[in-house]
Amino acid sequence: MYGFLIAVGVVLLLSLIWMVYRIQTLVSVVKGSDKKIASSSNSVNAFLFIVFLVLFGGLMVWYSVKEFDNYTLPVASEHGIETDKLFWVTMAVTGFIFIITHILLFIFPYKYRYDEKRTASFYPDNNKLEVIWTVVPAIVLTVLVIGGYQTWSDITAPAPEKSHQVELMGYQFGWEVRYPGMDGVLGSHDYRLTSGTNASGIDFTDKNALDDFTSPVVVIPKGEPVEFKIRSRDVLHSVFAPHMRLKMDAVPGMPTRFWFVPTKTTAEMRQELGNDEFVYEIACTEICGRGHNAMRRVIEVVEPAEYRKWMAEQKPYIVNNPSLVENLTPDLKELAEITISEHK
Amino acid sequence: MATLAQSTASHDAHDHDHEHHEEGFISKYIFSYDHKMIGKQFLITGIFWAIIGGLLSVIFRLQLGFPDLELHFLKPLLGGWIDESGKLDPEFYLALVTMHGTIMVFFVLTAGLSGTFSNFLIPLQIGARDMASGFMNMLSYWLFFVAGAIMFVSLFIETGPAAGGWVVYPPLSALEQAIPGSGLGMTLWLISMTFFIASSLLGGINYISTVINLRTKGMSFSRLPLTIWAFFLTAIIGLLSFPVLFAAALLLVFDRSFGTSFYLSDIYIAGEALPNTGGSPVLYQHLFWFLGHPEVYIVLLPALGITSEIIATNSRKPIFGYKAMIISMLGITILSFVVWAHHMFVSGLNPFLGSIFMFLTLIIAIPSAVKVFNYLTTLWRGNLIFTPGMLFSIGLVSFFISGGLTGIFLGNSAIDIQLHDTYFVVAHFHLVMGSASFFGLVAGVYHWFPKMFGRMMDNRLGYIHFWLTFVGVYLVFFPMHYIGIAGFPRRYYSWTGFEFSNMYEDLNMFVSAAAIVTFAAQFIFLFNFFYSMYRGRKANQNPWRSTTLEWTTPVLPGHGNWPGEIPTVYRWPYDYSKPGAKEDFIMQTVPLSATPESNLPHEQELVKLEKEIMAEEQEVLVANEAKS
Ligand code: HEM
Ligand SMILES: [Cu+2]
Ligand SMILES: [Cu+2]
Repeated sequence: MYGFLIAVGVVLLLSLIWMVYRIQTLVSVVKGSDKKIASSSNSVNAFLFIVFLVLFGGLMVWYSVKEFDNYTLPVASEHGIETDKLFWVTMAVTGFIFIITHILLFIFPYKYRYDEKRTASFYPDNNKLEVIWTVVPAIVLTVLVIGGYQTWSDITAPAPEKSHQVELMGYQFGWEVRYPGMDGVLGSHDYRLTSGTNASGIDFTDKNALDDFTSPVVVIPKGEPVEFKIRSRDVLHSVFAPHMRLKMDAVPGMPTRFWFVPTKTTAEMRQELGNDEFVYEIACTEICGRGHNAMRRVIEVVEPAEYRKWMAEQKPYIVNNPSLVENLTPDLKELAEITISEHK
Repeated sequence: MATLAQSTASHDAHDHDHEHHEEGFISKYIFSYDHKMIGKQFLITGIFWAIIGGLLSVIFRLQLGFPDLELHFLKPLLGGWIDESGKLDPEFYLALVTMHGTIMVFFVLTAGLSGTFSNFLIPLQIGARDMASGFMNMLSYWLFFVAGAIMFVSLFIETGPAAGGWVVYPPLSALEQAIPGSGLGMTLWLISMTFFIASSLLGGINYISTVINLRTKGMSFSRLPLTIWAFFLTAIIGLLSFPVLFAAALLLVFDRSFGTSFYLSDIYIAGEALPNTGGSPVLYQHLFWFLGHPEVYIVLLPALGITSEIIATNSRKPIFGYKAMIISMLGITILSFVVWAHHMFVSGLNPFLGSIFMFLTLIIAIPSAVKVFNYLTTLWRGNLIFTPGMLFSIGLVSFFISGGLTGIFLGNSAIDIQLHDTYFVVAHFHLVMGSASFFGLVAGVYHWFPKMFGRMMDNRLGYIHFWLTFVGVYLVFFPMHYIGIAGFPRRYYSWTGFEFSNMYEDLNMFVSAAAIVTFAAQFIFLFNFFYSMYRGRKANQNPWRSTTLEWTTPVLPGHGNWPGEIPTVYRWPYDYSKPGAKEDFIMQTVPLSATPESNLPHEQELVKLEKEIMAEEQEVLVANEAKS
């Protein structure tokens, strides 16, 4: 049925095109306009450029203003404030060039449309002009680049020593979130140890691993540096926390990292936006298969005191999965048992 | 005009070989060695692929714009990829995106654009009988055809075509367990691309050697039309970068089939730890983008060359800053090889390397800016004739500006952190590379159609086609900037799973509707193209009153292009509206000595030199005459 309707539609459309075509060729033959260098359509086309300029210019400005709060995401990290600033400076510079060049590009066709009585001016080159419009963009770009370079260097500098570490491991299709526990050191891992109960392949022969714990939510403190240790256990993924202006690929076999300082707690952001449901999110931005669009994690930014309290309440992974430490050497096993009993 | 008369009167030994024997259908239309036929073969094949590529994008736009729509009516086409409830399969969605990208970039805008116009125009505009090697040229087309056939087959296999994005990053593309498209579909993708690379290389070698060796007398490099400069530099870029893609693909084949670990390391997938260690997925990205970025210019430069020619002709003005245009193209050619890692700012690349590539990337914006300003100045005080080709060329300049400016955001690594792999990128490259190059292709078809088929395309249908497409492209791709700034990731089947991206249903619906209308508008072009081929108004020899050599050939040039002697070139290709001249254009074949009224001072000095050359030529002519 659908197929039939589509076929009818296509036939109708084609016959419509056909009729318009025949009629207008006949008209143009009658008017003899197919012999002229530029027919009357020339002015129509020239005029349409102006119409386009006004209409689309207006539409762009109107929409950009009206929707501003919708398409600009609130920012919640220190470096994000900087990169947003760069973004808007670049927007101002390029927006200006965009508008000027388009005004010229669409006004010239109208102004200089074909006229038999006029000849075009023979103006093959002007080195001074070429130099000007090589040098001026060069200077503008240099300024933009230098701003970008400084911000980029700050963002990618080594994380401050006291930063809180969180491991994010991408897999098809989700993120495994691991905290180093009270010792502040993430235990080492080996992908060959991965199993149903040990999703991150934690190596429990490393005693730093014994107090590591996992969490369904990424909880981080406001105003203190946080370092995401990012890795993947299967294909490429990419950690994207849009409100933190944070993105970094998760690469199997090559750990990556990204550190930042959150500036607003989830509660503060809720109040600011007047939205009680608001949450910070993590999405995946590197194509990774069927569930690529569903790798969601929530980030909860809390006050530092609350963060410490939360940390203390967490149970090491081995507490609920004691089978993982069964085959350890006696002294490690003892340590593990102490850890478990402390949290019972 | 003197040379024209001479050349038609004289006889060329070469000509006699071809005049008498009738070519068979196969050698004329299929395994043709003639550059014009091969150009047309590339064009028709390119158009075929553009329809397929466009159709795929319409299907996935249906999903994005109308997520609740039941797609049962696509069942006859897609079969099992539409599930019981009428939903598109998410893995097939990714396959559609991948095939769309691959087809558009390689088959439409590389083969369809470069293949068509380099083949068709190089011999005609430099004054050569044909390409340096007709056989290699034929081979180049047929390898492309085979590549296409294999890719086409892959669309219909049970596990679906490759689905890892057009960049096919491993490990996703290396492991069948990760996505079914990485099985047979990916194998076919790799085989197809191998044929495609071979095709590009054969074509490129041919274009380069033809431009270097077969220019007619007087056609120095400084008198080449900008089209030829563009094709020449494009071929060089392709020749240097495609082999690297081949290397990347080859290592991927090894990883997929022979257990090596070039790109694979520490992988646990489908309940199993793989033995591979020590490989690096980032290595693949370096190799891929070493082709991938130059590829952007491989599709863009020919389009820019074509528009330079069309804008000059229809402004009735010399292109402004001919030398500056060449220098900027040279600059782009060289710089295009040293910016690849701007696609990898957040791939885990060393941040210091990131800053180097940020500097290099923003440098490449300068020659691009120069080109834009030169186009604008060419329009300034011209006498503009809006042929459809001219309209599409102006449209190209607009897209080149819009898309080029957003490149300044993305080239800045600090800003790119947020924008990378969002719809902002999709908006950026569709404008600057997709739509701009596509407009160059269409402009070229309108402009050189009379030379290809001896008939004119219909202008009014051309105007309608232009305005619908121009408006349509902006309506499709401009809103994607907003969606991208809002953080919507690309290659997402649906955005409703996230709070930050569950709005803009209306805008996405609007974009999809605009995409469908824009796609439909292309059928006006198709109709115009095929109808005019047989029933269009007969063209005259030089319908646009242009200066370049192709318009000195007969309306429908035969084998060897010029029936007589190849014309000699005496001037640059942009003598439009020269003060003092009778007409507003002087063809390249008109000697300076014939136009004392319009010569510039430095040209007056060249007249003496020219006289000597002409005397020499006369001798050759006489000798030839005696022979026959
Ligand atoms: C009818 C016109 C077109 C429409 C509506 C369209 C739409 C789209 C959309 C929405 C995407 C992103 C899909 C996603 O990330 O989920 C996409 C991807 C892409 N398109 Fe187009 N496109 C069109 C024409 C073109 C043209 C002419 C080119 C030529 C360069 C092109 C090249 C690409 C590439 C390279 C990708 C990336 C594929 C990937 O992510 O692997 N498209 N297209
Ligand atoms: Cu993903
Ligand atoms: Cu690039």
